[in-house]
Amino acid sequence: MEKKSARILVFSTEKISDPAIDMAGLLKLHYPPTVYTIAVPCSSGIKPRWIMHAYDKGFDGVFIAADGSDCTYGETCTEKTGHIVGITHQMMKEKNIDPARLRMAAICSVCSESFVKQIKSFNQYLLQSTKS
Amino acid sequence: MNKKLGVYICHCGGNISDYIDVEKVKAAVAGEDGVYLAKTTMFACSDATQKEMVEDIRSNNLDGIVVASCSPKLHLLTFRAVSERALLNKYNYVHANIREQGSWAHSDDKAGATEKAVSLVKAAIAKVRLARSLDPIIIPSKKAVAIIGAGVAGMRAAIELADMGCPVTLVEREYFVGGRVAQWDVMFTTNQTGKELVTRLYNEVIARDNITLLTGAEVVANSGSIGDFTLKIKVTPRYMKEKCDQNNLLKAIEACPVVVPDDFNFNITSRKAIYHNFPGEFPQYPVIDIKNCTRCGECEKICSSVDFSQQEQTVEVHVGSVVMATGFDPYTPAEGEFGYKLSDFVVTLPQFKRLTDINKDNLVYNGREIRNIAYIYCVGSRQSEGDNKYCSRYCCTSAIHASLEARNKFRNVNNFHFTRGIRTYGKQELLYAESLRKGDVYLQAYEENPPLVEVKDGQITVTINDIMTGGREISVIPDLLVLVTGMVPRADNSIASKFKLPKGRDSFFNEIHMKLRPVETVIDGVTISGACQGPKNITESVNSALSAAAKSYSFVNKGELALEPIIAGIDKDLCTWCGECEKACPFDAIKKEKQGEKEIAVINNSVCKGCGMCLPVCPVNAINLIAFSDREIESMIDALVSV
Repeated sequence: MEKKSARILVFSTEKISDPAIDMAGLLKLHYPPTVYTIAVPCSSGIKPRWIMHAYDKGFDGVFIAADGSDCTYGETCTEKTGHIVGITHQMMKEKNIDPARLRMAAICSVCSESFVKQIKSFNQYLLQSTKS
Repeated sequence: MNKKLGVYICHCGGNISDYIDVEKVKAAVAGEDGVYLAKTTMFACSDATQKEMVEDIRSNNLDGIVVASCSPKLHLLTFRAVSERALLNKYNYVHANIREQGSWAHSDDKAGATEKAVSLVKAAIAKVRLARSLDPIIIPSKKAVAIIGAGVAGMRAAIELADMGCPVTLVEREYFVGGRVAQWDVMFTTNQTGKELVTRLYNEVIARDNITLLTGAEVVANSGSIGDFTLKIKVTPRYMKEKCDQNNLLKAIEACPVVVPDDFNFNITSRKAIYHNFPGEFPQYPVIDIKNCTRCGECEKICSSVDFSQQEQTVEVHVGSVVMATGFDPYTPAEGEFGYKLSDFVVTLPQFKRLTDINKDNLVYNGREIRNIAYIYCVGSRQSEGDNKYCSRYCCTSAIHASLEARNKFRNVNNFHFTRGIRTYGKQELLYAESLRKGDVYLQAYEENPPLVEVKDGQITVTINDIMTGGREISVIPDLLVLVTGMVPRADNSIASKFKLPKGRDSFFNEIHMKLRPVETVIDGVTISGACQGPKNITESVNSALSAAAKSYSFVNKGELALEPIIAGIDKDLCTWCGECEKACPFDAIKKEKQGEKEIAVINNSVCKGCGMCLPVCPVNAINLIAFSDREIESMIDALVSV
């Protein structure tokens, strides 16, 4: 049976992007129910092995809802999170996993609409890439 | 040993159970490894349910609980307190958010929402299985607070802390207190002058023995962390003795050959190297500006209070918390921006305010009597393409107030306001109404079609396509053009790097959460108040100062502090010291240490903020964050895909 929605793991951040994801719910901005969130303190603390583990276990995509320039831990967060994505992309290529199955976007604490838009677009991509 | 776990799934009235089949969730998780009891509850946060949980934990000797309800941002502390009342370590409680990220987000898909809730609860169970009992990190805390900046916010915070019995060191970089407010004349809504307000606060400050005020003082180094900050403060002397003969002083000022632009008047006037700001300044004795002084000795010959033998001192203070109250700078337009610097008759709003203060009977600037004044609003604010995207909020009110003051104080003044829409919120709307009533002219344009300023043969022409009259082109030839500028962060904000204070997108200091934790920063023990956090009027600055004072007091009043034990930990066996974690840590919490023959990384527990930036950079995976270890995260991932 054709999948209606892709299984997406979101790494959110406790102080910045997770409140935005909460607010998306509050505003009843719907997105696929197969999107699951694990909140961590800061997006620059996500280990590539966690992301790879998610693919191993059957997630179609991983989305990093990064702190961006709002990070309360410092200005280097964006650069460091980008570096994590870069390393993980390399690991994905080595395992023949499409790097586009990992996405990152800065989601501020009130960026609910942006989050939902990003997730819907990612879901579409993942469904199409699974078909092909 | 398998843990005995309790799981509580909340209806939240119908907020959850209208979309999620909570009974189905309960049935799906009841058989999970370790789950001893699973219950649904109408309101998990109600007193009755909390008591029931305490009773369940105690009577069944539960080792951990999962609460599946609303966002943990609302009730994390509630259920941690429940655990503690039941004598269960609070870190053995894990939360699953099935409302904001469950029933509400997927109210269009009940089956999907239910299935997701099962996964989220299973992931929480997986995490609580691995959760460890943790104790807060208890550290001693010095009962003293340093406040950086003795403007209105800093002085108000100092008075509040002092009255709570807390010693305060109030550090002011300038030689006079009062910050920007000292520069303003009559202010809305109280009609007090800035000087009066500053005088009142200064008198309160010096009346308190437990406030130490340092002027001409700058923090040059900071070490330590919450509970025990050590600040090194460089205090530059005034080169003047406290007791000063006023007659001789005036003669000495006159004799001083050095003339420099006067910062206090935003450079529209000049001053000497020996100077005071205004007659009611505080502390009430002058200063020699040693950077510009040529040491010619003329003042010394006249005034015996001049004392060049005074030496710079470095003072060390130990405090448990620090309040930042460093204020703002007014925006300085670029050369040519709306005619700035192209004419001597284009000034900024702060310059205009000083101008109306120092002129007494007639408004005269650069030898010209000023009658027709044009004001261009939002200069350097609300820039979709520039750096300052924000609205400074105070400037509309301030400009209208200043224009009314000019109209009331001087004869035949006509005001022409070129706006992008007036934002005089709250009571400030009364000023706008008064301005309209008195005949001020308001013209408006959108951002993409701003007023055009032409300077030709010394004449300024401001032209606008006024949207209030259907886009009609209207020109005004003013005697003076005032650029209504907003607030920007201090140009010299080096204090931020000394405390590693994060800044927001607007480059002002950043709070942890603008609504829920509005004066705390990610640097534990450092709070922020006033306009260093973002544009604020005086009322808002004092509100935040009082809030920061109360929060800082809460860090120091007990003499000890309990810190969240979510910090990084090093696996000593795996670590081979490469230095990558030290480089990644923005808080200097990681240091190299020799242990036996081996060099390894060690974490300073009271400095580590638990951000986790050190985790992914370790080439041998020797670092884990407590509560976010590989096992915990990966077991949650396993649980999420198990449904």
